[in-house]
Amino acid sequence: MSRTPLQPRSEPAAPPKRARSVMGRLSALQGRSSRTHNVVVLLLFVLLAALPAVSDSRSLFILLTQVFILAVFAMSYDLLLGFTGIVSFGHAMFFGLGAYSTGLFLSRFEATLPMLLLSVIAGMALAAALSYLVGVLSLRLKSHFYAMLTLAFAGLLLVAAEKWRSLTKGSDGFTFAIPEPLKDRATLYLVCLCTLAAVYVALRRFTRSPLGSVLQAIRENEQRTESLGYRIVPYKIAASVVAGAAASISGSLYVLTLRFVNTTVFSMDMTLNALLMTIIGGVGTLYGAVIGAAVIEWAHQLLTDLAGVHPIFERWIIFFGLLYIVVVLVFPSGIAGTCASWLSSMRRRRQPEDPEEERP
Amino acid sequence: MNSAKAARSAAPPILETDRLTVAFGGHAAVREVSLAVTDRSFLSIIGPNGAGKTTLFNLLSGQLKPTSGRITYKGMDITGLPSYERTRRGIGRSFQLTHVFPRLSVLENIRLAVQSRAGVRYDFFSSLRRHRKFEAEAESLLELMRLTGKRNSPAIQLAHGEKRKLEIAMLLALDSDLLLLDEPTAGISLEEVPAILEVIRDVKRQGSRTIVLIEHKMEMVLDLSDEIAVLYQGELLAHGTPAAIMGNETVQSAYLGGWYDDAAEA
Ligand SMILES: Nc1ncnc2c1ncn2[C@@H]1O[C@H](COP(=O)(O)OP(=O)(O)OP(=O)(O)O)[C@@H](O)[C@H]1O
Ligand SMILES: [Mg+2]
Repeated sequence: MSRTPLQPRSEPAAPPKRARSVMGRLSALQGRSSRTHNVVVLLLFVLLAALPAVSDSRSLFILLTQVFILAVFAMSYDLLLGFTGIVSFGHAMFFGLGAYSTGLFLSRFEATLPMLLLSVIAGMALAAALSYLVGVLSLRLKSHFYAMLTLAFAGLLLVAAEKWRSLTKGSDGFTFAIPEPLKDRATLYLVCLCTLAAVYVALRRFTRSPLGSVLQAIRENEQRTESLGYRIVPYKIAASVVAGAAASISGSLYVLTLRFVNTTVFSMDMTLNALLMTIIGGVGTLYGAVIGAAVIEWAHQLLTDLAGVHPIFERWIIFFGLLYIVVVLVFPSGIAGTCASWLSSMRRRRQPEDPEEERP
Repeated sequence: MNSAKAARSAAPPILETDRLTVAFGGHAAVREVSLAVTDRSFLSIIGPNGAGKTTLFNLLSGQLKPTSGRITYKGMDITGLPSYERTRRGIGRSFQLTHVFPRLSVLENIRLAVQSRAGVRYDFFSSLRRHRKFEAEAESLLELMRLTGKRNSPAIQLAHGEKRKLEIAMLLALDSDLLLLDEPTAGISLEEVPAILEVIRDVKRQGSRTIVLIEHKMEMVLDLSDEIAVLYQGELLAHGTPAAIMGNETVQSAYLGGWYDDAAEA
């Protein structure tokens, strides 16, 4: 700056305030405990990675693998909903693109690892292109246009997948072979765990980049963000493209574990799943989405088991509705958000002087 | 154009409006306003509630598009430019109704303004840690506004006066050439006014920026201003030195009288 800097002068600090909202505690905690976060995440990763060495419970592997995959999907949704404040009703279309891309590549060509990788990349590219298109068409308009347009496009892709039978075999779907090394449950489990870790790290980095920090500003106050000199639309499109590409990865992994793909990957249920997992886990944190995926998948498993006891448990949507209501009542900021605020109030009780009010 | 002004300033004005008008429905909130702002001067805009002062700012900063008329800034027609473009060209504003990022920390609110001024907009790979200097600059503004104690609090938890200070810190962070201040001391406690006043005075003392201030407090206006413009029912009633405005009969009868009536009603 060529100008003389404005000189700060000192003044006694205002007395600290005790009362603090949930959101306040959460963001304060996030600000200070990045190291704690890294340690916890690393520890969790090592523990989960070591699991195949100590257990060979088939059902546990299947459950956790599913959790990892849906966690990637939920995180991608969180990028839109939690970070940028964009609501999508058609997030399943990106999931489905990845799913069909992998399914088709592996069924039409040789089922090898490079082919799998190629299919994942192709799915991501398609998803990125489509989300770019949807974004360009709707993100300069009022926010509900994006919700509507994603809904429309997802519906369109669902119908296309049903009608284009020569390619997709319609709603019957088709099975396909997967690369030999992945036929081992434990290997597939590890691949999904590593993918989750990689996507988590990448998305966390993204949200903490200069561009990502503007996404949160847009969520908070679009007009103010613009008046600071940021052009809104490119940011929203960037969020949409990254979210679409990440969702596609989860779709690829999803069908890889099933060795089967049909039109349900494009269904509204998929989108609702992402929405539910993100909100239940806690928006705007990424790890909240992972927690949400774990809770939902575990509940799903539980209900499936209970269905043998009484057929009422087959109506899992009722129970998810109930779960949702309970979570919203007990954990108003999602599981991640509310637990974080408990933690920080516990910390404050332990150390009476408020560290947050002091300068580090 | 305004003859009193044209005579006094030889340098071209930094900002000029030409018959600027905006109508909501049939009602013109700003009507045919032609106003020139001298470069590196301090101009206050006064007028009763609902005179159109904030609306004029919205036109200048690009929040609103005029129904007719033109805005020239640094010799360039900016009438059609969106607000982010104007900010990048050096027009910064603070808002009358506090307008911050409620759930972001106070530091982050300011840091975002610093980042924008630095022109780092689409960097999606490097970590924010690589941009510590933004944070350092935001910290010094925090200190200046005496908000350091609130560094990590979400903006929503600030008291009203603190929010106003944050608003000003964000404006300062933009390092604008032209600062539009919309009632920066409105609704804050008396003991907090001097701090804000001092910051505005500091900016003025530096002499490198142009300041346009909307303010109701006449003693503050008279103390700070090189020039005063009076808006009344959307029209520019008068524009001149403080002395000229205070001695202006039209202003006295049509506006100052009306203003006090308004105040009595409210
Ligand atoms: N977006 C809008 N739509 C319709 N009318 C508006 C809009 N913005 C402002 N107005 C009207 O324009 C007039 C001028 O409002 P403005 O806020 O500019 O007044 P002001 O001079 O800033 O008043 P105050 O001193 O109370 O801040 C008011 O009658 C207001 O109701
Ligand atoms: Mg106003």
